[in-house]
Amino acid sequence: MKLVFFTLSRLAQLLPVLLGITFVAFFLLRVMPGDPATLMLGSRGTPEDIAALTRQLGLDRPLSAQYLSFLSDIARGSFGRSIAYKAQIGPLIGERLWPTLALVGFSTVLAVAMTVPLAMLTAVRRGGVLDHLVKIFFVVAMSMPGFWLGVLLILLFAIVIPIFPVSGYGDDFLTRLHHLVLPATIIALGTAALTIRSLRSSIVAVLGADYIDTARAKGMPERIVLWHHVFRNSLTSTISVLAVHTSWVVGGTVVIETVFGIPGLGSLLVSSISARDYPMVQGLTLTFAVLVVSINLLADVAYALVDPRVSLS
Amino acid sequence: MRPLVSDATRLRFARNGNLQFGLAMLSLLVLASVAGSALVPFDPLDIDFGQALQPPGWPHLFGTDDLGRDVLARVVASASVDMKVVSICVLLPFLIGSTIGLVSGYFGGWIDLIIMRFVDVLWAFPFYVLVISIVGALGPGTGNIYLAFSMVVWISFARIVRGEVLLARRLEYTQAVSVLGYSHARIMLRHVLPNVITPAIVFMMADVVLTILGVTSLGFLGLGIQPPTPEWGVMIAEGRNFIQDGWWISLFPGLAIVFVGITFSLIGDGLDDFLRPKP
Repeated sequence: MKLVFFTLSRLAQLLPVLLGITFVAFFLLRVMPGDPATLMLGSRGTPEDIAALTRQLGLDRPLSAQYLSFLSDIARGSFGRSIAYKAQIGPLIGERLWPTLALVGFSTVLAVAMTVPLAMLTAVRRGGVLDHLVKIFFVVAMSMPGFWLGVLLILLFAIVIPIFPVSGYGDDFLTRLHHLVLPATIIALGTAALTIRSLRSSIVAVLGADYIDTARAKGMPERIVLWHHVFRNSLTSTISVLAVHTSWVVGGTVVIETVFGIPGLGSLLVSSISARDYPMVQGLTLTFAVLVVSINLLADVAYALVDPRVSLS
Repeated sequence: MRPLVSDATRLRFARNGNLQFGLAMLSLLVLASVAGSALVPFDPLDIDFGQALQPPGWPHLFGTDDLGRDVLARVVASASVDMKVVSICVLLPFLIGSTIGLVSGYFGGWIDLIIMRFVDVLWAFPFYVLVISIVGALGPGTGNIYLAFSMVVWISFARIVRGEVLLARRLEYTQAVSVLGYSHARIMLRHVLPNVITPAIVFMMADVVLTILGVTSLGFLGLGIQPPTPEWGVMIAEGRNFIQDGWWISLFPGLAIVFVGITFSLIGDGLDDFLRPKP
């Protein structure tokens, strides 16, 4: 019950941010130099076509009226009509949401699976060989463009040693997971590069705390000290670090989905931009921002659940 | 006479392996950008179908692409293109964001409130989503890439500098100079700025790493720098179609990006130690 209240109050605090998000998504393409209808039709558009599209999109109405009808559309769960797909945008985005969520979720699980043991090992054996190797590996990993790594991994694991599918998305849970292994690993490497560093330093800080000395002084086995005392405290910091990088992880899916042909929001964004489908781009930028805010909210709730010091009221 | 560089500073530099190594890598990068075309005996745009898809060897050290162009010459020529675009894409947001953060933090009040709420909202949009949407809407071209990065990345610098200004305002020296009756502009530029800009400069190095990935991603997606101009992202996209017969076309431009990333990660870490010595 307390948790429900906590979530609801967080949601209420988020309302101004959500309103601001609709504002940015709406004005982003409208503050650009040039007229959207002309840009959408390109050089082939006749003046009549441009006038017709301007009317169809309601671009001849005052901006404030356009914004208000955009808001009321969203309130009714509609994002308008896509120009390229000639269909309602809402259901199209809904369909594409799941592969992206699966990719974000899977890559986060992989990133945590890499972060916790490696950060623990490198923090306990500071300055050791592994510490240096991990540091070097992730400096390199952070510098690697995901799309490039994707192209190379496709060559290696799909063509030379064909154990993973080259592109697309399966029909059931296991084949989907199989399709997501390579793209999720690439995103996870980027995330882990950011999280291992901060988690390692926070574990180092916890290791120096008095209560760890106390635990050791009373003869507690080192294994228990590490996993019951240090790990529990490091878990909260992993969650907050991951929350900070949510936007980075979600953004990372855009290019990776395109490389691996995953039918998610990111590849839809890229194809909609190439098709100059502005209503779709507007709906997608809004969806991405709401996704980031929702995941951050989820992280807040998870944080409160794991860390009893965070008051739920 | 006081030496230009104090012994303590020199010692701090001598002990800073990250910074030395990073700067050495940077000078290689600058050399490739400035004098690269003179060092490679091939023209990055010369098409020679007789030499198409040659694997790495002599005389094409990095091989040739599907049009017979020398990959090494193209990788080197890309350095000047990419490094120029990346430098501007980092400097503009640095200048804009630091100024906004300085003003916002210094004056506080409703200006600060409005700017920071706006920053919070922009923060929710993933970097790639905004940059790709903006460049996609404006069309390819370096001017549009600069505009997109300026619109998106300034928030990071504004946040960092504003936070530092809020800390500095509580310290005695800023209170002392305001008692002296100096103008706001003078206090901000001469007294506050030098004390708050270091974290922004350190972050600027990390931002180079993010920006090189962003700029080359745009090229890869066909939204950024356009062929036939050699650009690392564009080259990787071109090589993708020949990945089975010519893996080298994609491999080497990617390694160049990794080189840039490592260079600026090292300089960033080194500068952090150098400018903010820890006891």
